[in-house]
Amino acid sequence: MTSAPYAWIAAIVAALALLPLGTSSNTVLNFLSFAMIVTVAAQGWNILGGYGGQFSFGHAVFFGTGAYVMALAQVRFGLNPWLALPLAMAMGAAVGYAIGFLSFRARLRGSYFALVTLAFAEVFRISANAWGFTGGAAGVLVPLKLDAAQMQFADKRLFYWLALAFVAAALVLTAWIARSRFGAQLVAVRENEEAARALGVDALAIKLRAITLSGAVTAAAGCLYTQKFLYLDANLAYGPWISVEALLAPIIGGLGTVFGPLVGAVVLLGLGEVTKTVFANLMGGSVPGVDLVVFGALLIACVAYAPRGVLGLLQGWLASARKARA
Amino acid sequence: MSVLLSVKSVTKRFGGLTAVDDASFDVASGSITGLIGPNGAGKTTLFAIIAGFEPATSGAVAFEGRDVTALPAHRRAMEGIARTFQIVQPFAGLSVRENIAVGAFLRHADRKDALGRADEVGRKVGLGPMLDQSAGQLTVAGRKRLELARALATEPRLLLLDEVLAGLNPSEIRDMMPVVQAIRASGVTILIVEHVMQAVMSLCDSVNVLAQGRIIASGAPASVARDPKVIEAYLGQGAAARMQAQGDAQNVAADARRGAPDA
Amino acid sequence: MLKLDIFLSALANGLMTGAVYALVALGLTLVYGVLHIINFAHGATLTAAMFAVFVMHSVFKVDPYLAIFILTPLFFGLGYAVQRFVIGPASHGDDSNILLVTLGLSIIIENALLAGFRSDTRSIDVPYGFSVVEVGNLFLSTPKLVAFAASFLVALLLWLLLARTDTGKAIRAVAREKTGAALSGIDVDHIYAVTFGLGAACLAIAACLLMPTFLVNPRIGNAFVLVAFTIVVLGGMGSILGALVGGLIIGVVESLSGLYFGESLGQIGIFLIFILVLLFRPTGLFGAKA
Repeated sequence: MTSAPYAWIAAIVAALALLPLGTSSNTVLNFLSFAMIVTVAAQGWNILGGYGGQFSFGHAVFFGTGAYVMALAQVRFGLNPWLALPLAMAMGAAVGYAIGFLSFRARLRGSYFALVTLAFAEVFRISANAWGFTGGAAGVLVPLKLDAAQMQFADKRLFYWLALAFVAAALVLTAWIARSRFGAQLVAVRENEEAARALGVDALAIKLRAITLSGAVTAAAGCLYTQKFLYLDANLAYGPWISVEALLAPIIGGLGTVFGPLVGAVVLLGLGEVTKTVFANLMGGSVPGVDLVVFGALLIACVAYAPRGVLGLLQGWLASARKARA
Repeated sequence: MSVLLSVKSVTKRFGGLTAVDDASFDVASGSITGLIGPNGAGKTTLFAIIAGFEPATSGAVAFEGRDVTALPAHRRAMEGIARTFQIVQPFAGLSVRENIAVGAFLRHADRKDALGRADEVGRKVGLGPMLDQSAGQLTVAGRKRLELARALATEPRLLLLDEVLAGLNPSEIRDMMPVVQAIRASGVTILIVEHVMQAVMSLCDSVNVLAQGRIIASGAPASVARDPKVIEAYLGQGAAARMQAQGDAQNVAADARRGAPDA
Repeated sequence: MLKLDIFLSALANGLMTGAVYALVALGLTLVYGVLHIINFAHGATLTAAMFAVFVMHSVFKVDPYLAIFILTPLFFGLGYAVQRFVIGPASHGDDSNILLVTLGLSIIIENALLAGFRSDTRSIDVPYGFSVVEVGNLFLSTPKLVAFAASFLVALLLWLLLARTDTGKAIRAVAREKTGAALSGIDVDHIYAVTFGLGAACLAIAACLLMPTFLVNPRIGNAFVLVAFTIVVLGGMGSILGALVGGLIIGVVESLSGLYFGESLGQIGIFLIFILVLLFRPTGLFGAKA
């Protein structure tokens, strides 16, 4: 691929941008906006986990930091959300750097790294739940001010387009990483850290850069979440749900690919909605958790049968179809 | 000839075990220098210390006259020291070209330059037709070449080769030797750890023998091979004397066959 | 004097809870020691076992202590089957795959329980639930004392199993040298599954011991899983003695920090220990050198 990824990004983002023109259904728009938020969080995970091979089980720590900084900057300090956004992303980056500095210097990898990130997320969750400044267990409510200057929109389509813009930016960033020296060195560290060091790669610095970027991107998703729902508590912001979805989307879509997180998030959340609807009809009422059961099964199925995710399967089919035609 | 790499009194202890014991030797600029020794002599440890993968307990390593003892592995690569691994370590998920490009990225920040450089180096070591293959699909011989290509792509002045010939069959070894010689001809100094003896003898200008962590002999391959200390280190206590004796016995036998003149 | 009594009773409570933590950690450390993997579904499996005790009691009127003899073999079988037919085949022998597969399993178990039982917290009523034993000035909960003693008994049995039986020898052989064990005719896949089964069986026993004094909801496993990981990391991955001592330490730390800093911050203490141990002493207190 030469400049192809950027052309693909333009085409896909344009197609996604046209979607709301066909519908004014709130359900559809809410679903699409939420899928974009998860996509951004998953893109952040993918930089560290997909390209860098460092599987985090606690990306909620970045998502929640972004979400809380965004909310508290407005509520406690009266900052404009457009100004709070870069601040929240910077805080996400800082938390990423700090966790990376501690864990990578201690040479944690594999399961140990996964567990330590999970523990950090839990520490943040319990603290946010206990601390008065963050609103404690009651959470934080961002006052409703439907005004573009407050990053709140009366028209739900506008919010969707805003979230889509973040997805586009994350896609461009990922495509750039994939083709840069940094990306090549990051992938080298994922494949074989020792060999990478022998080739002059400063593995620690590369991993730190990856987790810092990852933290900033996932924090941006948290900011979007705050502006979308205008309410946060510790279990929403730092809860395991977002750690799981940020990890599942890239794995199901295609680990370490530009479009994997987007494809994965749409497939995942789409399947989740279908499952919930089917079960609600079957059981005559909504059944909590059924969508997550499907997510878990999908994760195992992907690991077992589709290690390169949905995109990998598609590529395989296309290649064999082409061969069949030739 | 100037000295490119200088190993000065390097000692490495693991707990009570002394793996490398006060080892000193030089590598002349432009040479192919060998580091040989029986299994467990400490070759790999010493090699790792030179490349910056293990810290030395004491002693120093100087490269181009500068002390690099404190530098981590990636900084030494930047300085111009590249290494290969005895157990090949390809980036299995990447293509051959991408593998080599990781090395090339060290001195070429631009993707196009790095990929171009990777192609060039790949062809030089005979991987031209395999550039688009996945590195995981290469044969053992192919992987050894890939190790070489990646290291070369960092544009080193000193190349440390850790048993690049081990595991290859005789015809593969014959194919590999000119590649190593061509690298030296292009101006890269080579330090080679090897136990394929014949290859070392024909490749190296000078050889250092390590036994039980100590350098026991240094010099031209032919003279080192005749050194009784070296023979003992490889074949065991008293081997040199036995071989000497065997030689004497053969002489006696030959004399006997010639027949006693005055019987 | 009253202060000392409160302290002592918190200490005793911590030790008793810690013993059950140790039992939970025992299964985790055993699986780690043999398969060299972290079973992320450990907490969810415990939740499932606790719900099983709840169902046994509320539907079939089986006393939790009696349920030990039904649920232990059942969970052994389940653990065996899951390792043999799901985790093993799905992960293709890759460590990060195993981590993801067990994460997938934990998501499935936890949410299937949520779908089945909803998020309500449940407990069971047993006549001895609130009975106490008087030791000096302290009143110790009888079921907790039973749990304390039973945990040690199980640890002892597990140790005997590993040290004295043929299966135990095979398990230790596989733990030390998988390839060598396979060459000498040991069915490694079978041993892996047996080990996994033993881990699940420990959880079934822990669940039966916990339920008389504890409550259950679909998310309860999360609270245990990091505690168990902390214990395992603290005690040294794969060490049975480490799991026991680590469990007691964590139980006491939780109980005392809960007493002095309040419930929620007490929990933070555990996570901080976990992070600190991982960062600064990843081999644990009893682990071999890395």
